Amino acid sequence: MSVPLSGTSALWVLVLGSLLGLELIGKVPPTLHTPLMSGANAISGITLLAALALIGEAPTPALKLIGAVALGFALFNVVGGFLVTDRMLAMFRRREAN
Amino acid sequence: MVELSIELGSVLLLAFGLKGLAKIRTARTANGLAALAICLAVVGLLLQQGLGGWPWMLLGLGIGGGLGAVLALRVAMTSMPETVALFNGCGGMSSLLVAIGAVQLPTPLNLVGQVSVLVSVLVGAITFSGSLVAMGKLQEWLGTPGWTLRPQRHAVNILLAVACLVCCVLVLKGMAVALILLTVLSLLLGVGLTLPVGGADMPVVISLLNSYSGVAAAAAGFVVGSELLIVAGAMVGAAGLILTQVMCTAMNRSLTSVLFGGALGAGSSEPGDGAGGREEYTNVTSCSPEECALTLEAAERVIFVPGYGLAVAQAQHSLKELARLLEQHGIEVRYAIHPVAGRMPGHMNVLLAEADVPYDQLVEMDDINPDFPRTDVVIVLGANDVVNPRAKSDPASPLYGMPVLEVDQARTVFVVKRSLGSGYAGIRNDLFELPQTSMVFGDAKQVLQSLLQELRSLGVGKVAVGAGNTR
Repeated sequence: MSVPLSGTSALWVLVLGSLLGLELIGKVPPTLHTPLMSGANAISGITLLAALALIGEAPTPALKLIGAVALGFALFNVVGGFLVTDRMLAMFRRREAN
Repeated sequence: MVELSIELGSVLLLAFGLKGLAKIRTARTANGLAALAICLAVVGLLLQQGLGGWPWMLLGLGIGGGLGAVLALRVAMTSMPETVALFNGCGGMSSLLVAIGAVQLPTPLNLVGQVSVLVSVLVGAITFSGSLVAMGKLQEWLGTPGWTLRPQRHAVNILLAVACLVCCVLVLKGMAVALILLTVLSLLLGVGLTLPVGGADMPVVISLLNSYSGVAAAAAGFVVGSELLIVAGAMVGAAGLILTQVMCTAMNRSLTSVLFGGALGAGSSEPGDGAGGREEYTNVTSCSPEECALTLEAAERVIFVPGYGLAVAQAQHSLKELARLLEQHGIEVRYAIHPVAGRMPGHMNVLLAEADVPYDQLVEMDDINPDFPRTDVVIVLGANDVVNPRAKSDPASPLYGMPVLEVDQARTVFVVKRSLGSGYAGIRNDLFELPQTSMVFGDAKQVLQSLLQELRSLGVGKVAVGAGNTR
């Protein structure tokens, strides 16, 4: 975050990222709808990067605390999300092995 | 240079992870890849900015990560949808807090940064309160209060939305207090938008809120100037939209009718509305597990239709046991999976997978519907709306047009249900009154257990032991 983004290049990133997201998921077997939702949900917890950046930049303890709480919420989402997804998917794997 | 390659690698892994999650064979690896990508991204960021403030980082990591792990490992498979909603809401809260914190940094934000803060606060707050309401409704802590279904609710929500926009303008004009007001109003808006949505539509809402949390993350990316965050947020936002659309298609509902139509069946619950309402059932046959077992024993082809009642009763293992017993008796057993059975698409697949039901026995709706006419016995376990024949026959029904499992075509149908109460969508089910249908009242697990007992006392189990030995 040391190098500020120019507004336009950030918008390019946004547009291309959205297009990528639209293309990545085409046909999904219904079996995987819940795990996919859960996995995508875990990825959205990547906002933890912003929380870390906030802690790094914050000049006062109060602001660092806000960052820490934000980080906590994000990590709750990330760690919980990936573990829950893995638990769901582990069941499919085990059955395939049988 | 190192940081850049780490970031690029992380984006690539995320993209491959998201793509792989959509295929059964690769899904679990892909989930791991995505998790690895996030770890990489964190390492990359810490390399750039150093470890300043590390005690605070550890605090967040320990509490948030720890609680998340504990919850994820302990929660029952049956309450997956609520859990995903809760996680999602917390992601939204994080974006909200980051935006509020970023405003107070000494370095002033440019216009793009300021707008991003507003988007992050608005969308983050709606995601948070909306997800919590969704969770409450799925847990059945919250109902759909009558007043939320009045047409005036649209006026209230529009008013809230306008007030939010006014706050945004005020913030841009330099009024700092308006940001707090915006937070409160957005939280209320999230509640106002989610509370009237019927329980049957909740999966769609969770998926949409999941997409929102991606948007909030992308906005937070603008605030702190991280391309990685923007890409990842945008990707999840777009992918969530696609998934939402897929779910709406499966239910034959448009997104607007889900969001603004109110709870399904709510309109017809008013007295005097005969079209799809909750008139009393007059012509219902019920039978005991014993009679049901006798019919089962003589059957050749059996199809189970699992629904949310199965999940609530935690009866998946009993079901698997019963199915195995029937198979040993030479009966063909399959499971008909409606795309939106349960509280989330794929909910039944996950549930039955937990009980080790063979994958090839789960048959999707379009593939199994032609087979119902030559099926001897169908057992509906805690499913209701997804087997309602009215969806095909009654244009006035709110369910009309939704593809359903055509169990009414089978020779005999047993419906295992706790009572004659209406389904989650609150709509009368004609299936219960058909001549070939018998209701078996009771908790799904108890009914399945007594079916097992009855079948064993009929000698089905003994045959099975003999057959097992000769193999």
